[in-house]
Formats: sequence, C-alpha cells, structure tokens
Amino acid sequence: MEWDWNFVWEIMPTLLAGLKITILATVLGAAVAAVVGLIFAILRMTAPKPIARATGFIVEFIRGTPLLVQLYFIFFVLPDIGIRLPALMAGVIGLGLHYGTYAAEVYRAGIENVPRGQWEAAKATNLTGRQTWIHVILPQAIPPMIPALANYLIAMFKETPLLSAITVLELMNQAKSVANSSYRYIEPMTMVGVFFLIMSLISVVFLRWLEERYARVEER
Amino acid sequence: MAAPIIRIDNITKRYGPLTVLDGLSMEVLPGEKLALIGPSGSGKTTILRILMTLETISGGHIEVEGDQLYHMPKNGSLVPADDRHLQRMREKIGMVFQHFNLFPHKCVLDNVTLAPMLTKGVAKAAAEKRAMELLDMVGLADKAKNMPAQLSGGQKQRVAIARALALSPKIMLFDEVTSALDPELVEEVLNVMRKLAAETDMTMLLVTHEMGFAHDFADRILFFDRGKIVEEGKPDEIFRNPRQERTQTFLRKIIAAGHRV
Repeated sequence: MEWDWNFVWEIMPTLLAGLKITILATVLGAAVAAVVGLIFAILRMTAPKPIARATGFIVEFIRGTPLLVQLYFIFFVLPDIGIRLPALMAGVIGLGLHYGTYAAEVYRAGIENVPRGQWEAAKATNLTGRQTWIHVILPQAIPPMIPALANYLIAMFKETPLLSAITVLELMNQAKSVANSSYRYIEPMTMVGVFFLIMSLISVVFLRWLEERYARVEER
Repeated sequence: MAAPIIRIDNITKRYGPLTVLDGLSMEVLPGEKLALIGPSGSGKTTILRILMTLETISGGHIEVEGDQLYHMPKNGSLVPADDRHLQRMREKIGMVFQHFNLFPHKCVLDNVTLAPMLTKGVAKAAAEKRAMELLDMVGLADKAKNMPAQLSGGQKQRVAIARALALSPKIMLFDEVTSALDPELVEEVLNVMRKLAAETDMTMLLVTHEMGFAHDFADRILFFDRGKIVEEGKPDEIFRNPRQERTQTFLRKIIAAGHRV
C-alpha cells in the first residue's frame, strides 16, 4: 500500500470538518463538566447528609462505569422513556457528566486544602459568606486546581472518538466514513492520529506552562 | 462604675461528650485590659473564639454593649441570632490569631484594606490611607507592597494586628499571638501591643503564656482551669500572692519552664 498525498488533500476538508466537531464537543463537554463538577462538589460538601451521600453514590457510579456505556445509555436508551437528544448534545452531556465527577474531586480537594484559619480570618474581619468565597477561599483554591483540571481536559479530548459510536460526526467518524467508502484506511487513520498528536502536544506545552505558573506551593 | 462592655452569663460549651466551658460567667469593663491565663485546654482560647463567633455555645448568654451576641430579640423573646445580626455584632470585635492567618494571595496593604472596603464600603483611597497609617504604627509601612510569604513571623503578626485595627473594633482579642514566633521576634509584637494599650481605649482580651507581659499589660488577670475561673485579681495579687492552690501550682510550673514573671 502506498501513501497517496492527493487522496490526503481530497479528504482534508471532511477531516477538518470532523476536527471542528471534535474541538466543539471538547469545549462544550469541558464547560458542562466544570459546572456539573461544581454542583457535585458543593452538594457533597454542604448539602444535608442524605443528599451528600446520594451525590457521593452517583459520583462513584458514574466513575465506575465506562463512558462508552454511558453514551449508549444517553443516546439509545433514553429515547425509550421519551428523552430524545441530538447526537452531539448527547455526547456533550455524556462527556460533561463523566468528567464532571473527576472535576468535582479536584474542586473538593482544592477547597479543603485552604486552611481553616483562612475561613476564621475572613469571619474575624466580618466578611459575608459570599465575600469569603470570592475574595479569600476561591482565589487560593483555584490556582492549584488548574493543572489537574487541564489534565482531565486533555484526557477528555482524547476520548472524544467514543462519540463516533453514537453517530456524532467528529474527526474519527468522518475518517471512518471516508475510509469505508474509499476502502483506503491508511491516510484517514494516520491523519486522525496526526491531528490528535498535534493537539495533544500543544496541550502538553500549555499544561507545563500552567503548572509552572500555578502549581508552585505557596508558603502560608 | 461604667456598664460592662462584655457580659458573659452562665455559658456552656461542649464538644460532643467533652465539656470545655462549664457555666462560665464574667464581665469586662470598657477599656479594660484583661489577661486570661491557665494550662492548655482550660478553655481560655475557647472564650475568645466564642466572642469572635467562630464557635457556637451550648448554653447561656453573652451581651456585647448591651446587645445579645448569639441571640436576638424577636416578638418579645430571644431567638438564635441570624447572619445579619452576627454580622452587625462582629463589627465591634476584632481578633488576632496565633498563626496570623493573613491572606497569602494578597499583599500586605490589600490584607489591611480588604475588609474595610468590603464590609464598610470605604473607598479605596481612604482605605489605603488609613492602612498606611496603621502599617506605620506597627512599623511596617515599607512592607506595604510585600506578600505575606516574604515577611518574618513577627512582621506577619504585626500586619495581622493592623488588619484587625483597620475595622476600628471596640474590643480586640489576642489569642496567643506570640506563641508561634521565634523568641527573638516576640518583643516586636509585644511592643506594638503596649503601644496600642497606651494610645487607645480599646478593650483588650489577651490569652497568653507570656506571664511577664501579662503582669505589665493587664488591669486584671483571670486564671482558668478546666473550664472555670479559679481565681481573678490584679496582676500583683495573682502573680505575687495567689490564693488558690491550682494557681500556685500553675505559676510554679510556668516559672520552672523558664518563663519570666
């Protein structure tokens, strides 16, 4: 089998269209994960015991089952009870829920790492609960979280090909359809690999920079 | 005689099965400098923390300037205080902690200006002017732009004092403020407190193991043991002529451990 550059250029627009969807799914999935994670974290830390425990159970359940199964469930099983979602939306919700459980743990650890004395100093200087969160707790809790969150973002990006299983026309799915109709796999699959590699390498450089910037442990 | 600024009436504090304060009552006069001494675990720090509303109480009442601290009047009876009431009461009280608890992500100046700007709506320029005066008073005006991590323990504690003063509280609580400091840094913090005592009429409550300082600083000494006030009196009475055996034992131990009285 020979590498055919002409074929590469021919399928490039299709692949780029797929890449766009891949990136879109990653960005939207990350946004959902960020919010879902925050809700999980707050419920686990502040809600009354039964709710906190139920949240803990849900988080463990989501983490303990494969993302692919969850995607099938959202896209193929939910319609049985009348919830019909577009493929991309189902994919984004699946990614967001799954990675939201990981984000929740990062949030929780970050917030619990802020020493109790900071809460007390905020109270002693008469800040309200809201002011304490905004001006004292979160500014200290978030920077150490950033490298861990970015790590999950990269992991999620690399898992987006799973969305091809629920008909999302992301990069992998586009490459598969090109390959299936032309009977040539080498170019499309190589290009998918190359695209992911490039994006991952950029992300890794970015992550290093984030770690340099934020993860240094501050002396208190 | 003036009405007491703090009136603690029969308060109890329990942590699970452990009773830390057991039916404690005491009064503090406006402007009074009070030192609380006693073995660790005797409940003296707990009193400061309760006055700062960092703890809850299991029973009893506290009045600050005639207003209930943990309760508020509603339809003719007293109900537990809500956040707004606590917020209003906390305005009267400031606290300095053993471990400073400065905000590590903010520079010295911002540590001092944050609360006045947020809680009292003081404009930035005015808050900074006042903060610089206070930093000058504690001898750290030149460190205004430094981060807390760049300061020594003694400097951090002086910033913490300036931060508390910036809210102009009527009552200041000092919780073992020199205990976490290297010995050579203790004096610079004590000097600031002496200055504060001389220049203001703030009411000050001090929990300390520095007996020499307590003797010189306080108008009155309270000796605590096992959640109760065992003995109280003027510094000379307590340190030179303690009546209770437990006070005598405690002071002997402290002196044996090398503390100056």
